[in-house]
Amino acid sequence: MAVAAIQAQGLNKWFGEGEAKTHAVKDFSFEANFGELLYIVGPSGSGKTTLLSMISGILRPSSGTVTVEGTDIWKLSNDALAEFRLNKVGFVFQDYHLFPRLTTAENVAIPQILRKREWNAAIQDGLQNLEIVGLKNRADLLPVKLSGGEQQRVAIARAIVGRPDILILDEPTASLDGDTGQAIVKFVKANILNEQRCIVIVTHDARISAFANCIITMEDGRLVGIAQGENAL
Amino acid sequence: MLRLNLESLTPGILKLGYKLLVNDRAKFIALIVGITFAVFLMIEMTSLFSGAMYRASATVINIGAKVWVMDPAVRTVANAIPLPDFVLDEVRSIPGVKYAVPLYSGGTLVKMRDGTYQSVNIVGLDDSSLFGRPALLEGNISDIFAENGFFVVKDAEFSKLENPTIGTEFEVNDHRGKVVGIAQVATSGLFGVPTLYTTYNRAIEYIPTARFTISYVLVEPKTAEDVATIERQVAAMGYLALSKDQFMQRISNFYTYQTGFGINILLMTAISFIVGLSISGQTYYTFILENIEKFGALKAIGAKNRELVYMIMFQAAFTALTGLGLGIGLCAVLIWLAKLYLPTYGAMITYWDLGLAFVMVVIIAAASGYAGIRKVLMIEPFDIFRG
Repeated sequence: MAVAAIQAQGLNKWFGEGEAKTHAVKDFSFEANFGELLYIVGPSGSGKTTLLSMISGILRPSSGTVTVEGTDIWKLSNDALAEFRLNKVGFVFQDYHLFPRLTTAENVAIPQILRKREWNAAIQDGLQNLEIVGLKNRADLLPVKLSGGEQQRVAIARAIVGRPDILILDEPTASLDGDTGQAIVKFVKANILNEQRCIVIVTHDARISAFANCIITMEDGRLVGIAQGENAL
Repeated sequence: MLRLNLESLTPGILKLGYKLLVNDRAKFIALIVGITFAVFLMIEMTSLFSGAMYRASATVINIGAKVWVMDPAVRTVANAIPLPDFVLDEVRSIPGVKYAVPLYSGGTLVKMRDGTYQSVNIVGLDDSSLFGRPALLEGNISDIFAENGFFVVKDAEFSKLENPTIGTEFEVNDHRGKVVGIAQVATSGLFGVPTLYTTYNRAIEYIPTARFTISYVLVEPKTAEDVATIERQVAAMGYLALSKDQFMQRISNFYTYQTGFGINILLMTAISFIVGLSISGQTYYTFILENIEKFGALKAIGAKNRELVYMIMFQAAFTALTGLGLGIGLCAVLIWLAKLYLPTYGAMITYWDLGLAFVMVVIIAAASGYAGIRKVLMIEPFDIFRG
């Protein structure tokens, strides 16, 4: 039997103490497989980002386990967890978080530099991945010179430069107009998703749901529905 | 707890830090200007102090005697308290003294040919040995024994005697004086007056003195080990014997602690330090704050805390050392220019000044870096997702 890309079991997360204590994620379990484009949807404050952070090794759950490719990631040391994120997970942040003073190619090369790759080799890797997202001709520009959609694609190139098994996209269409948002997700599904990769997208943009293989719906920190298959909705 | 491990210190991380810093031109320039300005002020202040202290010991340096015997109340070389003749005799009888000679050092007025008066410092050298004599640019050393003979030191104050030449005459207390040689010495004095050399006997003959006439007894010890014995024996006589370095230190201590000069320089240096710390600390902290989300994103991607710490330390050190170099260079150029146009300008950059500036800059870098490191260590990758 194939190993699941991500397996979350009984995840709980509390924030704060005393009267201010809030239960952000409540006894949440799910499984995501390789070759799958999974959406986590739900209204604001439903716990999507908290869940995303726990499954990507960023936020320690109050209880429960997250197993990625058979490894319980929350049993790893802090350094090992950083290595796990660096080597196994690619992140596309909602605001992209590109360094404004670095060129597009340098921004994409950052994960490779963190992997201790030599500078010029890392830049070459960056250029290759910019080619994948169709922005090789923008390699020497600063992010401020790019449109929102182009910045999004640079962020995707940075996320995939290390060939991660899991790709996390946080509200990828939130800052884009409808057409550009759809084009980005379509591009991701067509060019970035493959049999060795699982992509998790947090969104509340219903316009892009047609691309999902699986949609997990959250409400008030709870799992309220899982829809599988090409026609998840 | 953060453990620093040099394996994480890769050229790529440092280059990334360098690019993040330098590519933000406005802030980088502000940082460099701030530190350069602070270093410039610190070195300018301390070099003025060093120059003044060096010049305050001009007679000690120029005469070059290894041991100086004086009244214990003497604080500076310019304010000698005359010693009775027996001190010279007793010092000569101390075991370990190779030879000892008297020195006259004092100020007086000379009347020049146009009738104007000029303050001068007169050094009277032992007639038999001329111990401590200056190097001559013009004239012969034996001419000092000629009637009314004086050597004039050609330094920044030389022009105050109307640029005399050999044969120029002047008056000292109604005695005729005649320039028989032009001399050069290692350094000019602190007080901006020309220096004349003559023999000890002529000096005490021409210049009104108190009952005692010897300003200092200059001692040449037989060996370096004999200095301690000489100091003890002189102390037993009720006088004070100091090595050249000890005497210079005593003079420096007087100006530093008893004239307000040292404390003023110290205050100015401290203010320069605070200016540098404020500018660079605030600018660097703003730089970190503006990029804090990016640092959080780096953490989320997989950067370890220590890698970010190295990056920030490198940025702070690079900025500080660049500013230090530029500040030193700027100060050196300005002192050089000032000396070209103002020969009496006394600033002098010493290794001590450079060391102090380096330490201050390291503190500035450490403080600026610490503020940034604290902020970066506190940011959680989750904050980036949460927005």
